[in-house]
Amino acid sequence: MPKSQVSLRNKHILELKTMTPAEMSLILDTAQEMKHIIDRDIKKVPTLRGKSIINLFFEASTRTRTSFELAGKYLGADVVNITTSASSVTKGESLRDTLLTVEAMGVDVIVMRHEAEGSAHFAAQAVKPVIINAGDGAHEHPTQGLLDMFTIREHKGKLAGLKVAIIGDILHSRVARSNIWGLKKMGAEVHVAGPATLLPRDIEQLGVKAYTRVEEALDGADVVNVLRIQRERQQKGLFPSPREYARIFGINAKRLALAKPDALLLHPGPMNRGLEIAPDIAYGEQSVIQEQVKNGLAVRMALLFLVLMGGNKVEAGN
Amino acid sequence: MKLVIKRGRVIDPVQNIDAIADILVENGVIAKIGEAIEAKGAEVFDAEGLVIAPGLIDMHVHLREPGLEAKEDIVSGTQAAAAGGFTTIACMPNTKPVIDNAILVAGVLRRAETEGLVRVKVIGALSKEQQGKELAEIGDMLQAGAVAISDDGHYVSDARLLRNALEYTGIYGKTVISHAEDEGLVSEGYMHEGAVSAALGMKGRPAVAEDIAVARDILLAEYTGARLHIAHVSTKGAVEIIRQAKRRGVKVTAEATPHHLALTDEAVSGFNTATKVNPPLRSRDHVDALIAGLKDGTIDAIATDHAPHAFEEKDMEYKYAPSGFAGLETALGVVLTELYHTGKMTLPEIIRCLSAAPAKILDLNAGTLQVGVPADITVIEPMREWTVDSKKFYTRGKHTPFEGAKLKGKAVATIVGGTIVMKDGEVSTCGEN
Repeated sequence: MPKSQVSLRNKHILELKTMTPAEMSLILDTAQEMKHIIDRDIKKVPTLRGKSIINLFFEASTRTRTSFELAGKYLGADVVNITTSASSVTKGESLRDTLLTVEAMGVDVIVMRHEAEGSAHFAAQAVKPVIINAGDGAHEHPTQGLLDMFTIREHKGKLAGLKVAIIGDILHSRVARSNIWGLKKMGAEVHVAGPATLLPRDIEQLGVKAYTRVEEALDGADVVNVLRIQRERQQKGLFPSPREYARIFGINAKRLALAKPDALLLHPGPMNRGLEIAPDIAYGEQSVIQEQVKNGLAVRMALLFLVLMGGNKVEAGN
Repeated sequence: MKLVIKRGRVIDPVQNIDAIADILVENGVIAKIGEAIEAKGAEVFDAEGLVIAPGLIDMHVHLREPGLEAKEDIVSGTQAAAAGGFTTIACMPNTKPVIDNAILVAGVLRRAETEGLVRVKVIGALSKEQQGKELAEIGDMLQAGAVAISDDGHYVSDARLLRNALEYTGIYGKTVISHAEDEGLVSEGYMHEGAVSAALGMKGRPAVAEDIAVARDILLAEYTGARLHIAHVSTKGAVEIIRQAKRRGVKVTAEATPHHLALTDEAVSGFNTATKVNPPLRSRDHVDALIAGLKDGTIDAIATDHAPHAFEEKDMEYKYAPSGFAGLETALGVVLTELYHTGKMTLPEIIRCLSAAPAKILDLNAGTLQVGVPADITVIEPMREWTVDSKKFYTRGKHTPFEGAKLKGKAVATIVGGTIVMKDGEVSTCGEN
């Protein structure tokens, strides 16, 4: 396992906004090592034996939850899933009570996804285990941001100086926010684009360039990250129809050609093929969408390792 | 029963008094203001170094009684008022049931009479059950003692209903109080829309929603000739719209809260639910415009929008937590710290906003130290430094965005009708007087 002079400053993984470039590099470097484990015939290592991780998911998720589960298991930890679709309000048990119950079972890490922005911060203040934010509303999804950066870095060899275009529903996207913070800290230039109704007001104050014509954002991009469009946004009047969205804002081969010839195509999944992304490019030559999934596993292994074994405590014990 | 308050700096904006003087209180009314008053047998209150102001009036309080006593009741709410230096508070009708008829107005007034530590005025609902559909029995409520009419907490979306309420309330010469935020624009939001909401991923309540609502309400007040009061103004645009309306002679008044004058939306960044309020905390440009509006008289009054909630209700995810927080016990300290000690406003200006101005809007015989009026007096120590600690609050609402704030300036005594109900932060037991 890599030993570095750097360690994570904070106990929890809540957001990329306050993470330093050194910390992010440490995570990405560690993930590189972890990726070798995934390719082994026998994947299980005993590194986290005796540690317990709970996936506390208040929102439906397939890939993130499975990814965390396998990440924990490959490293030898015990992993339990709690999936509850109802919010704490309708469920009748408060988030604090749920967290205290989980804490009382002696878990070391709580991986939490919740529809409310700031819920991971709430958890970090409420209980002692390490909190890893697996998505809090439209706020942040730090492990997705890290796995996107990992994927880009693996292909391009760097992040600094790259032009990354994030296309789609920026307003509701935690993936967009974590990507913006992470990529900017690592020296990339971030362009966002989508219909004006799906761009947050004052988004440019986050240090990105915003466009309502996707072609302008795609021009000369090194990376194109296409976000999922939830169909219910149309019902709320944020765009007129899926058909029109696909025609005007969807990423297809013609639009992708505006980016650099070797531009990477990312999508955090799950995809609506034919809506925000054309079927022929989704698994085309430039697509790294399936690699993202594998890299997500590596990044989550790295994070679990670092928060449980690679922190200041290990350093102090030396 | 006599009380002499000696050697204080007496400030009464109504009489244009700002001088060191003694005040004699006799039989619950102001009997005399002058130098070196001698009164045999009178209790003496040494106020040297202190400011003697007309009793402070908070025209925007949620007392939560009846029905929501887990948040607050008349006892805890009036104790909090006394602790904060307020001698009169006006309570909003969004209780359970809604105060939308004369019996409920009379009931709250009667209970406040026996249990309340300070004076309580009641604001009646504008529409039945605050549903925004049919007029409540406004005439009945005003005759039963309601001082104003409001659907506070809800914007009156139906322009026809507001027009009718303005005209009907106008029969009695009373004012309609508007919570002005266009519903369609704010219904999904829970903080100010801007750079901070963009970063946090939170849905916004844009400033323009307030601008639109204030503009429409003012146009209706202008058309009907009736009185309109805009509650908790928070936007630059609303301040300017009110300023122009006043120039045209529209009978509009307005209030601002200490939190909108002191805090920006940056306070939301830590996801502390004690920063969640409607209208939301705004960005710096709005705060500066609000202070300028208060300074030039566009905004008449300072009111707290004291909106306590039970601890567990606020102890949750930001988007689910109810809006509002306690304000009575921090208001004066916040206002003096932010406006007086920064040199933005003078003590007489601030005291007017907290006494004479709300008294005028609600037509109360209060807000001045004139001889013959009930002796409602607030004694203020402007230089007193203190730290906000919600554990010491009298209100049941223990959430405040000012938790831990170091403030300068505090009420050190509250006198209602000649009786000292708070001294050095300790309030007397309710019903004692």
